[in-house]
Amino acid sequence: MLSIEDVYKVAELAKIEISEEEAKKFRKEFESIIEYFNQLDEVEEDVEPTFQVLPLKNVFREDLPEKGLSREEALANAKHVEDGYFKGPKIVE
Amino acid sequence: MITIEEWKTKLESEKCYDLVSELLERIEKSKLNAYITVCKDALKKAEEFDRGNLRGKLAGIPVAVKDCISTKGVRTTCGSKMLENYVPPFDAHVVEKLKREGAIIIGKTNMDEFAMGTTTETSYFGVVKNPYDLSRVAGGSSGGSGACLAGNEAVLALGSDTGGSIRCPASFCGVVGLKPTYGLVSRYGLIPYANSLEQIGPMACCVEDVITLLEVIAGKDRRDSTNAGVEFKFKKTDKKFRVGIIKEMGGNDEVMVRFNEVVELVERDFEVGEVNMPSFKYALPAYYIIATGEASSNLARYDGVRYGFALDELDNWAKYFSKVRAAGFGEEVKRRIMLGTYALSAGYYGKYYLKALKVRTLVKRDFERAFSKYDLLIAPTMPTLPFKIGELADPLTMYKMDVNTVPINLAGIPALSLPAGFVKSLPVGIQIMGNYFEESKILSFAMEIESVFKEVF
Repeated sequence: MLSIEDVYKVAELAKIEISEEEAKKFRKEFESIIEYFNQLDEVEEDVEPTFQVLPLKNVFREDLPEKGLSREEALANAKHVEDGYFKGPKIVE
Repeated sequence: MITIEEWKTKLESEKCYDLVSELLERIEKSKLNAYITVCKDALKKAEEFDRGNLRGKLAGIPVAVKDCISTKGVRTTCGSKMLENYVPPFDAHVVEKLKREGAIIIGKTNMDEFAMGTTTETSYFGVVKNPYDLSRVAGGSSGGSGACLAGNEAVLALGSDTGGSIRCPASFCGVVGLKPTYGLVSRYGLIPYANSLEQIGPMACCVEDVITLLEVIAGKDRRDSTNAGVEFKFKKTDKKFRVGIIKEMGGNDEVMVRFNEVVELVERDFEVGEVNMPSFKYALPAYYIIATGEASSNLARYDGVRYGFALDELDNWAKYFSKVRAAGFGEEVKRRIMLGTYALSAGYYGKYYLKALKVRTLVKRDFERAFSKYDLLIAPTMPTLPFKIGELADPLTMYKMDVNTVPINLAGIPALSLPAGFVKSLPVGIQIMGNYFEESKILSFAMEIESVFKEVF
């Protein structure tokens, strides 16, 4: 069983503020979806997990300098910019 | 629907500029809502073609691009408020290739928000309507790419497919759509949802055009470390394929009546047998665990700092981050990020994520076994006909619509949805699956039965 507190905890981990209404709705939906996920408990066969499907291993490229984005291009989509830098929220109070 | 050949015939007698203007007018008046953004540049490109300055395999051909694929200088929203005003400073690899071959990018197509959906109903920009019945969905998540083809609003389209997002709208809109082998097409510039599952792929009005578009977009790119580094050149195979019917992939009566007719037709010319895939029982929950897990990690980048939706006031970081994401993401995106966060949280990793990856191994093995006996596998693409807009309100019911499409992404094999006529005036699609990098087999078979279907259905 998933409690309303569990839903708030997941929302906090995911850094998404949710309303009380949303929390109630998600709790109900998550319960049936997680119940559905729990079907996997029936799988007993123990095999190696597949993280990715192609037999690729350690794909490296030459470490060569190349032109990246200009400062102007990199900052073009940011709302808060100061002196040519991104401006973010406070991390330390 | 307009094929490349038909468009080229028109170009012999008419100016590309006039044809593209006509197309843009049609989009302007359209009720389908297939496009989020129309490219202003398209008419300039058409003029270039008329002056003889646009060359290549796709010279002068209007191509629609799904809005999760980055286009330099053209806003790329991913169907989300979060990226409503985002303008990429670079082109995706596939877009570079389209441009190199002279294609005219006509616009960015509507989609489920961050490709999370089966109906395009989760788009921040409104639902895409089915060209055959405006009260029904066009499928998703590449709904705009499917609808624009069926609605004569483009000649070719790019989609992306994480769990069926190319094949579902292809089926619902009566067009051809291919999810290529994982790694055949570079994902550089594709805004990520679930990296280990998704591929960009071609959509078109006939199999031949899918081949042409795949040849352009496939190939080496070192900027995607999961790129297989191989090119694609279609080789027609006349071989009499052995075709397997997957018992675990079905549909409702309306779909199965048509599918059984398809099987009868295929039996006339090919050796046909049945195959069981026991792992498929667990494919759907495994898929949703992996996809939401990857999504929860991928979408952590949306912090309202470097790009995307931002608030006026910068608060302390935890509050700011949570508020930006609360306001910028839609409900389905929040749902999936939270489900993924839950499945990956301490104490649950082994129960959900790791278990899902093990199921993935079992699904892969089932396909390996099937392909040791058959060249190709077939099934209905979708278990139902296109449903009414708003019909599926419960998320889990919606997820279950992906039952026939997700095993393909778990295994990473290629699969194509081919129109098999209409039932109750609505399109039906069949899914043709092949082994890794055997797109040529799928496409050869599809070309052959495409002409049969056109006669019969």
